[in-house]
Amino acid sequence: MTTLPTQTDKKLGLVIDLDTCVGCHGCVTSCKGWNTQNYGVPLSDKDAYGDPSGTFLNRVHSYEVQPDTGGAAQTIHFPRSCLHCEDAPCVTVCPTGASYKREEDGIVLVNENDCMGCGLCAWACPYGARELDALAGVMKKCTLCVDRIYNENLPEEDRIPACVRTCPAGARHFGDLGDPNSDVSKLVAERGGMDLMPELGTKPVNKYLPPRPKDTLDCSQSLEPVATEAKGFLGWLDKALEKL
Amino acid sequence: MGATAGTRIGARPSPDVSDEVRQTTCYMCACRCGINVHMKDGKVAYIEGNRDHPVNKGVLCAKGSSGIMQHNAPSRLRAPLKRVGPRGSGEFEEISWDEALEIATSWLKPIRETNPEKLAFFTGRDQSQSFTSFWAQNFGTPNYAAHGGFCSVNMAAAGIYTMGGAFWEFGQPDWDRAKLFMIFGVAEDHDSNPIKMGIGRLKANGGKIIGVNPIRSGYNAVADEWVGITPGTDGLFILALIHELMKAGKIDLDYLSRYTNAPAFINESEGPEKGLLLRDEDGKVLVMDRKSKDLVPFDTKGVRPDLNATHERDGVTHRTVFHSMATRYLDPQYAPEAVADQCGVSADRIKAIAALIAKTAFDEAIELDQPWTDFRGETHDKMIGRPVTFHSMRGISAHSNGFQTCRALHVLQILLGSVEVPGGFRFKPPYPKPVEAHPAPHCGVKPMSPLDGPHLGFVRGPEGLALKEDGSPARIDKAFTWENPMSAHGLMHMVIANAHAGDPYKIDTLFMYMANMAWNSTMNTKGTIEMLTDKDENGDYVIPHFIYSDAYSSETVAYADLVLPDTTYLERHDCISLLDRPICEADGAADAIRWPVVEPDRDVRGFQSVLCELGARLDLPAFVNEDGSQKWADYADYIQTHQRKPGIGPLAGFRGEDGDQNGRGAPNPNQLDAYIENGGFWVNHIEEEAQYFKPWNKAYQDWAVEIGILDTPMPYLFQLYVEPMRKFQLAAEGHGDRQPPDHLRQRIKDTMDPLPIWYAPFEGTLVDEEEFPVHALTQRPMAMYHSWGTQNAWLRQIHGRNPLYVPTKIWEANGFKDGDWAKVTSHHGEITVPVAHMAALNDNTVWTWNAIGKRKGAWALKEDAPEATKGFLLNHLIHELLPSRGDGMRWANSDPITGQASWFDLKVRIEKSEAPPDESQPAFPPIKSPVGQGPEDLAWEVGK
Amino acid sequence: MHPAPSVIFFTVSSGLGFGLLAWLGTGNPAVNGLSAFVMYFLGYGFAVGGLLSSVFHLANKKNAIKAFSQWRTSWLSREAVLSVITLLTVAPYAIGRIFFDTTLETLGLIGSALCVVTVLSTSMIYAQLKTVPRWNNGFTPLLFVLYMISGGALFTDRVGIAVYLLIALGILQVLAWRDGDNRTVNNKTDMGTATGLGRIGKVRQYEPPHTGQNYLLKEMAYQVARKHVLKLRLIAFVAAFLLPILALMAFADTPSFGAPMALVFHLLGVLASRWLFFAEARHAVANYYGR
Ligand SMILES: Nc1nc2c(c(=O)[nH]1)N[C@H]1C(S)=C(S)[C@@H](COP(=O)(O)OP(=O)(O)OC[C@H]3O[C@@H](n4cnc5c(=O)[nH]c(N)nc54)[C@H](O)[C@@H]3O)O[C@H]1N2
Ligand SMILES: Nc1nc2c(c(=O)[nH]1)N[C@H]1C(S)=C(S)[C@@H](COP(=O)(O)OP(=O)(O)OC[C@H]3O[C@@H](n4cnc5c(=O)[nH]c(N)nc54)[C@H](O)[C@@H]3O)O[C@H]1N2
Ligand code: SF4
Ligand code: SF4
Ligand code: SF4
Ligand code: SF4
Ligand code: SF4
Ligand SMILES: [Mo]
Repeated sequence: MTTLPTQTDKKLGLVIDLDTCVGCHGCVTSCKGWNTQNYGVPLSDKDAYGDPSGTFLNRVHSYEVQPDTGGAAQTIHFPRSCLHCEDAPCVTVCPTGASYKREEDGIVLVNENDCMGCGLCAWACPYGARELDALAGVMKKCTLCVDRIYNENLPEEDRIPACVRTCPAGARHFGDLGDPNSDVSKLVAERGGMDLMPELGTKPVNKYLPPRPKDTLDCSQSLEPVATEAKGFLGWLDKALEKL
Repeated sequence: MGATAGTRIGARPSPDVSDEVRQTTCYMCACRCGINVHMKDGKVAYIEGNRDHPVNKGVLCAKGSSGIMQHNAPSRLRAPLKRVGPRGSGEFEEISWDEALEIATSWLKPIRETNPEKLAFFTGRDQSQSFTSFWAQNFGTPNYAAHGGFCSVNMAAAGIYTMGGAFWEFGQPDWDRAKLFMIFGVAEDHDSNPIKMGIGRLKANGGKIIGVNPIRSGYNAVADEWVGITPGTDGLFILALIHELMKAGKIDLDYLSRYTNAPAFINESEGPEKGLLLRDEDGKVLVMDRKSKDLVPFDTKGVRPDLNATHERDGVTHRTVFHSMATRYLDPQYAPEAVADQCGVSADRIKAIAALIAKTAFDEAIELDQPWTDFRGETHDKMIGRPVTFHSMRGISAHSNGFQTCRALHVLQILLGSVEVPGGFRFKPPYPKPVEAHPAPHCGVKPMSPLDGPHLGFVRGPEGLALKEDGSPARIDKAFTWENPMSAHGLMHMVIANAHAGDPYKIDTLFMYMANMAWNSTMNTKGTIEMLTDKDENGDYVIPHFIYSDAYSSETVAYADLVLPDTTYLERHDCISLLDRPICEADGAADAIRWPVVEPDRDVRGFQSVLCELGARLDLPAFVNEDGSQKWADYADYIQTHQRKPGIGPLAGFRGEDGDQNGRGAPNPNQLDAYIENGGFWVNHIEEEAQYFKPWNKAYQDWAVEIGILDTPMPYLFQLYVEPMRKFQLAAEGHGDRQPPDHLRQRIKDTMDPLPIWYAPFEGTLVDEEEFPVHALTQRPMAMYHSWGTQNAWLRQIHGRNPLYVPTKIWEANGFKDGDWAKVTSHHGEITVPVAHMAALNDNTVWTWNAIGKRKGAWALKEDAPEATKGFLLNHLIHELLPSRGDGMRWANSDPITGQASWFDLKVRIEKSEAPPDESQPAFPPIKSPVGQGPEDLAWEVGK
Repeated sequence: MHPAPSVIFFTVSSGLGFGLLAWLGTGNPAVNGLSAFVMYFLGYGFAVGGLLSSVFHLANKKNAIKAFSQWRTSWLSREAVLSVITLLTVAPYAIGRIFFDTTLETLGLIGSALCVVTVLSTSMIYAQLKTVPRWNNGFTPLLFVLYMISGGALFTDRVGIAVYLLIALGILQVLAWRDGDNRTVNNKTDMGTATGLGRIGKVRQYEPPHTGQNYLLKEMAYQVARKHVLKLRLIAFVAAFLLPILALMAFADTPSFGAPMALVFHLLGVLASRWLFFAEARHAVANYYGR
């Protein structure tokens, strides 16, 4: 049923650190690799060796911000995938019941056996988190690697999403955002984790850690010279060496 | 209404992941991360990082994570190819290996019998240079090198000459302890994942990052401070920092006096000794003890060298290196105010950065309670750390002043006392290693015999140059000549041009491996193509034979006469050896292997195995048994049984008959199995006492000897002053019997200063600044590896074309809009390409991603693939020679000291294209694909 | 949004069909026998044809039947269910008219009401989407329903009322366009809120996440040039309202000639305006791509 659960036992999700993401796209292709081989139909690519168009569940944008306070423009790499919204409009619009939000952990999934490929859920999602697979005709989206995080065939430390496991910079964190004591919740509290497009009322579970302030070096600071020319310097040197 | 619910996945799904995991080493780039290859039904199903691996500890980048698409790329070559059409047409016939090796032997055998120098064997970014050079040495040709000359030899050579090791992948910041990290001119580097992991850790620890780069992307995007410097001026900027720090006395005097040649004495007399260091009879540098005022060898027990001594001997004044440095760098020409405009960085900012560096290095110094004993026998009860660390790569090395700039940076590090200390920069074994521990270059050629020694190395003075008796270059690339005396990695980028010109001599066979020299790895791409296809008056190709080994249908394949198809990285044995470019960590020695986790389904062979057989067919001494039969069945056999020195082989792990010895030991017939068992790699950790101060740390030196990295302990001093450079200057001044040609004298005097200097990059000084006012750069995209990435169906969706990024000022001045094209002109050529706007960019710089543009017909792509229509190379604008000078001479577009290709000296003019072409210009006719075209659609899933 | 022909045809055709059925259900025009058969045939034809066309839009048609299951939350599902209920409810009334010359008045009115509700639910598929400010407002249902009623009125030769409806609709459409333009520009959502980076300053895309195509770009980042929009709006306005009104007035004496002519113009205009309805709609996702 596409009715949203009034409450979920956990709120599993990702915390993405925009201060640390270097924009390497590692999470993009590891996600593609895992999800092509695992949950549901493979993520396909049309015209793969011509003008390609493929399905990905995670994409990394690059933006520039011109600070209001002046100074140099900043570059920010910005990974974008499903935010597993509490109030997920993609779920309620789904006519077939294929889309659903799990009561146990809040993960939003598509049951591909039910999906008719109408695309309405993708229209309802503000975040572009859903891509209709052109070859299979079913809706694909981030599964939060539901087939990894509980998977007893994986070593315990690997029971995390593929994108989190692979992120070289450690910019992606996974955990229960419903538990205020979880590492991810603490990180969000500490770093002022934010919602994307809060005005749309989707209540995303995933949070983004904003970039730390940049270019803050106080340019009135400078070093006190011990001498102004070489001769004086060598005098200082002798004294300094004495003290060693 | 009844819901017709299909089956949802279970609440806690636990599906099978794979049948088996095979652990090997990634080769989507040269970083060499450990990978777990998940197999299903005997096929590669999924690739993830190996958590136990010293390089990547489980993480993988975008390329590594999509290795499955490289391994299965439709562009893979299928069988040996013999050219049947004209060069460049792409018309080939598939032949058997027997025939292929027969052809190769028929070309190479006569060369070896008459004049081995007629073979030029150059390899790209492979990781078997110790093996390929061994083969070449056995063949007897002096003409061997890998790609380092066009890559980053400035970095490597400056590091080794200055401190016995370099950035690159030979050292790393002390990520866990550093508090300030300054990164110069790096987009990605070879140490791809370790740098990303390090930056992540440093940030998590609250550390600060300063990015010095004209472009604010990637690592510079996450930097706290961005210094958008004018290209080619880092040397000035660094020397201004040195000026500020010295002036304020914010330098580590204790460190300088103990561990560097700052207290060494420079001879101040005029004449052949001028500028040389004072040494004893054994050649040991002398220093003066501060207490006793005795002049003693630097390594004397208990000596505390004086940094500010003067020594008179035979009427000659000798003053310390440190004295020279103070005199030079305190000069107002290096003051922030004096360099600010040129660098495009304000004087205040330079001063503030110097202040931050000083504060972090000295006020926030670290003390580890870890006693250690130095080479003079003194025991220190603590390790003092300076938590400021630096990294740098091609942004400073790929300029014609790159060697000196890299030197300047190392000198800055050393002045701060932040090399090989906690929080600073740390070497990875087998480094540190003084110049003395490296070979010098050899070029003694004799038919039917091996070369008289290793091809490459570090010259110590004019006597080490690779010159023939008549003074002409002994090597086809003119490495180790007066034009670039310290060209430690050779000059691969000059090989085709020199061979075509017959300068210094003609060759017969060009043999290349894993370098796309007819496209993205060459300057002047069009010219190079013409040189490869040019014919002489008899209608024969000017370069008579071209053998090439590639694994894929690259642009260069089309120009070869004989193509030896390699396997993919999952199908062969490889050896990531301590003798080569190792994968060690600062606190351990490590090496690794690749092994065939799947067998090839095509008639292809690992290139190194092919060399084993070719070597035997050519009777190369090391490649045959006494009875003349082939010595090594294949590369795996070589890896396990070859010994460089007794007990030392390609792999350091699991040595000895029983595999229980580390570093040294007899060959182990089951060594590869032991590696596979261990996850594909081997590590040997350094005990804590030996982890820092390695060049001077007795415990480290002993460990290095034990493990086979050094033959005997070799403690040494950091070379703030590089005496070998002074020797070249002396020659240029007319001293000594090996003399440079007159036209090079002044340049040698000017550029080979033994203390770091800055001079303007050459191209900028030779073109009219008004005609070509803009700097043009390339950067590596993190999600692409040169030309290889393009055949990867996933990666090419991320970077399938490349715009030229233009800064706001130029964007507005030209009235550019999204979707516009621009004509970009250099002294050498012109391209017309799409533009895009970027604000976080130096005002006077444009740039694009490297090697995205592709030739039509290559890589099994459709001819209208965006890479071939919208993508482009900047290489068309870059020439291997500089514009002609007043005297009509054209010098190589290279660093005058190392010969490093100066890719980033490029200056251009940019204009809006009013009638944009249909596709990027210049456009080349398509190549006929020797492997057909890739399939239309992909839905890659195995074993279901 | 990508103006997919199947969806444009679906909304226009089913709107017209249900509009016709709605008018027929009021018993006026009081058609019987063969003429009733023709009218109902056309009404059902357009309604069902439209619905079938919407199935063409599905990438996985075999699961279309499941669309009836989620009426509790999904407007698309509601529309599916309602259209079936409506068509079933109208059927006995139609059969009475065609074959038995009887008028099940109440059933007829219920059927008409259901027709309106069905089209209303179609409109709600779009109007509910907060991601598309141009759709997410009262104009959307109002326009859909008014288009339906006007189309039906023209179909059934209700010249008098049709003129007033067309005038009202014309005004409403112009207002809706202006309102939509306003909402597309002035809503709280922009690249700054989409990325959360707006708090630092002005955000722009410097590099897209992929140079290759993808579903989002094709489906949600569709762009039409401003000058084409103005041209099309003019065409839509002239064809959907002006020409029909002129035709009706010019042929006031021969409504059986004027009304069909007006209807043809009107339908062309509706197709154009519906094309614009999609093509002009800017989806929140476009913020990520700077489109
Ligand atoms: N993903 C990926 N990784 C790679 C490769 C790849 O192709 N793809 N290639 C490998 C190879 S062969 C190499 S050599 C390394 C090279 O690794 P990098 O050294 O990172 O090489 P580039 O991408 O050329 O980056 C040069 C950087 O220097 C900056 N720069 C240019 N001129 C100046 C200057 O004058 N001053 C300063 N401060 N900065 C400047 C440029 O803006 C750019 O950011 O990467 C290796 N790793
Ligand atoms: N404009 C500009 N040009 C540059 C640079 C720049 O910064 N700017 N950088 C320069 C630098 S630093 C470098 S290192 C060069 C790199 O340039 P290249 O050395 O040409 O590097 P690749 O494009 O990676 O090409 C190597 C070839 O190796 C082949 N190959 C891949 N895997 C295998 C394998 O397993 N076996 C074999 N036998 N072949 C294989 C590929 O198919 C390809 O044809 O480019 C240089 N060119
Ligand atoms: S991000 Fe989009 S797809 Fe994911 S739950 Fe929210 S609305 Fe649904
Ligand atoms: S595309 Fe599939 S999942 Fe999405 S709304 Fe339609 S039926 Fe539901
Ligand atoms: S959680 Fe899994 S499915 Fe979601 S983006 Fe990460 S890798 Fe992809
Ligand atoms: S893997 Fe990590 S650093 Fe790389 S793009 Fe993804 S989030 Fe950013
Ligand atoms: S950095 Fe990436 S491509 Fe290079 S070896 Fe590591 S995982 Fe492979
Ligand atoms: Mo390189």
